[in-house]
Amino acid sequence: MITFLQATFEGLSLGAVYSLVAIGFVLIYKATDVLSFAQPALVVVGAGLISALAVDRGVPFWIAFIVGILLTGIIGLVMERTFLRPMVGEPVFSVAILTIGIDILLRTVLNNWIGLNPRYLGDPFQSFGNFGSVNVGGVTLKYLEIAALFTGVIIIILLSVFFKRSKYGVAMMATSYDQEAALAQGINVGRIFGLVWLISGVLAGFAGFFITGGFNTLTQASFLSALRVLPAVAIGGLDSIPGAVIGSLIIGLTQGYVAYYQLMLEGVIGFSLGSGFSLIAPYLIMFFILIFKPDGLFGTKEVERV
Amino acid sequence: MSNVISFKDVSLNFGGVQALKNISFDIQENSLFAIIGPNGAGKTSILNCINGIYKPTNGSIEIFGEDTSNLEPDEIANAGVSRTFQNIELFENMTALDNILIGAHRHINYGPVQGLFFSKKARNEEEKARKISEDVIDFLEIEEYRYSYIISLPYGIQKRIELGRALAMQPKVILLDEPAAGMNNEETEDIARFILDIHEELGITVILIDHDMNMVMDIATEVVAMDFGEKLFQGLPEDAAKDQKVIDAYLGVSG
Repeated sequence: MITFLQATFEGLSLGAVYSLVAIGFVLIYKATDVLSFAQPALVVVGAGLISALAVDRGVPFWIAFIVGILLTGIIGLVMERTFLRPMVGEPVFSVAILTIGIDILLRTVLNNWIGLNPRYLGDPFQSFGNFGSVNVGGVTLKYLEIAALFTGVIIIILLSVFFKRSKYGVAMMATSYDQEAALAQGINVGRIFGLVWLISGVLAGFAGFFITGGFNTLTQASFLSALRVLPAVAIGGLDSIPGAVIGSLIIGLTQGYVAYYQLMLEGVIGFSLGSGFSLIAPYLIMFFILIFKPDGLFGTKEVERV
Repeated sequence: MSNVISFKDVSLNFGGVQALKNISFDIQENSLFAIIGPNGAGKTSILNCINGIYKPTNGSIEIFGEDTSNLEPDEIANAGVSRTFQNIELFENMTALDNILIGAHRHINYGPVQGLFFSKKARNEEEKARKISEDVIDFLEIEEYRYSYIISLPYGIQKRIELGRALAMQPKVILLDEPAAGMNNEETEDIARFILDIHEELGITVILIDHDMNMVMDIATEVVAMDFGEKLFQGLPEDAAKDQKVIDAYLGVSG
């Protein structure tokens, strides 16, 4: 039972982090029709910025945290303005390839900076006692994971009210449905695009911190964790924000359960699945779900542009 | 009476097709200006030029005395020009109320961060927009459809909601592209009554395209007749009905 709770907690915390990136991905797709494969790169760039400020430059952590996340948002904004705005109206496929180009660019620069040694983010979570964790009834709750879960939930609640109730959210919905009609209502579509990329960048920055914070550290391989957002989005459906959250939770929980129950599972099936199977499991789940629901669990049926 | 909109030698080409040929006219404040003509005459192109979706190939358009060649459609909308579309372009995935609230978009003024935390200012501004929207809903008698999703509503009601979205902008000029198209007599009469109210009670300049000649003749204060991108006639509606060129082009040559 304790193992189960432990795995569930870790899975939910991970899922909350993935859902931040997944929401950004879906937002961009909904509002601008762009499949942005650069989102996972933005995640690690955000972490890199925080680390560079907090550790290399010695800026107090919380300032570095806020500045790093805002800078990630601004990088998103600049990417949209410089690379993607001129591509409005071009085939979705070309634009998607362009975002892969941006992804490679960002990661090359970042990996060059990271180098061979893991980078710490200078956050307070590693220095708390017990390796930064608290024990509740036998379940080890890492402070970083608790923070991730809380931050994720708060951001999701704030954003869902924002999208439903504020003029910006309603304008985003309108823009995603019909740009011409949105323009005729006096909505500045360009500004909405910019806002969407800014929000997505900020969300990626938050996720970057939680994925690489504490003892997780930022390495050249951290990107692989961020990449797991793609199966989450595919499972949820490319154009559904609730789908993005649920897809992310499915991926997070899968990873959590497989990590703890793999041995038991191997005992039942009689052969080894190899180390690191928990990292592959999300993709298997994705294949399985897409066989039955090709548009994802919550995706619109006629997403004709993929 | 000052000019609200002036076309000066406006031409619009799509490749080899000339949609508009040297069109000039002035639309005066508080007029109910009708544009008539057969299909493909260039009526909708005129509206698209006014609200900035198309830019004229030659010539210029002035709105409230300002040249619009460098303005984007959203800037023209924010100057107080709203419109409806020939084929309804509502946001079908939203409720009627949300659609009308989007019309009031330009009256809502707060930043994204205030929106995220729903500050007092954001709440006040949203309430103000809601008030504008409710007035429009009253005016058009669509109270019962407020929370219905557009996709579930009948065509005639959708037309009325699109009109509501345009009114929620509280425009100075409203462009109506075939507001009575596809409607039965009763619905057409309703729409005609609303258009008259918009013109007379709200004092909004109306630019109207319609095929229903009886309605146009009844309510318009001035008529422009178009054919193949050219202006055939401009004047009073009763004179349009007598003009030989208009009769030939629009009502058909007899024999």
